Amino acid sequence: MRTRPLSPHWTIYRMSRYSMLTSFANRAAGLVMSAGLLVFIYWLISLARGVRAYSHAQQLLASGVAKLFYVAVIAAFSYHLAAGIRHLIWDTGRGLEKAQSQRSAWLVVIAAILLALLCGWWAFRAREAGG
Amino acid sequence: MSLQSPLGKVRGLGTAGTGVHHWWVQRLTALALVPLAVWLLVSLLALPALDFVTLVSWVGGTWTASLLTLFVLTTSWHSSLGVQVILEDYVHDQGLKTTSLVLSGFVHAVLAVLGVFAILRIAFGSPL
Repeated sequence: MRTRPLSPHWTIYRMSRYSMLTSFANRAAGLVMSAGLLVFIYWLISLARGVRAYSHAQQLLASGVAKLFYVAVIAAFSYHLAAGIRHLIWDTGRGLEKAQSQRSAWLVVIAAILLALLCGWWAFRAREAGG
Repeated sequence: MSLQSPLGKVRGLGTAGTGVHHWWVQRLTALALVPLAVWLLVSLLALPALDFVTLVSWVGGTWTASLLTLFVLTTSWHSSLGVQVILEDYVHDQGLKTTSLVLSGFVHAVLAVLGVFAILRIAFGSPL
């Protein structure tokens, strides 16, 4: 098949490094959480299958690799939430000016870091108290 | 045969009229997920422990089971749309693109069904 012309891709735009990075990071964060969905569903199924299945899953989900993954998911969630709200605001036609979008890019990063730290602190504290 | 002029067509329906459906559903699911995801995160963090009995009684509650079902369906849909766009943009081989798109769609459908079934099973029967 002859290669047909494609719609303009990112290489033809002169995106600022801000919009490029934040847009790419939003997709990457989304992908991390798609993997998180896989784990979440596995967790739900093992819970539905009973005590033994759940205790088996608990061992798996408490491993070092799994904990590292939760950190990634919390970071991805925080970022995707903040960046997603920015996108929703953009969709109403607001905040699209260059200066505004550069400012909101920083705002998104700061909000994401704060949210991730809050979640991490809360999860750590809950683990200390409960287990 | 349509008597509508080309200009009228463009001004009216343009294409089949479904071009924005993907975009629109992605936004709608995103909007719904803001409260749903925050609710889930806060609920999980607020649980006293993550043992079997605590979790089963939590998931089985009327509100939790309903909101969790909404969360699983909305997330699967949103994730499916998102992964689809990424595959469309970055997989350039046509055969591989089609295969991965079909696979992603199937996997997301299976995840949604499994998730909802698991929630209902916990809510309706004691899985002890």
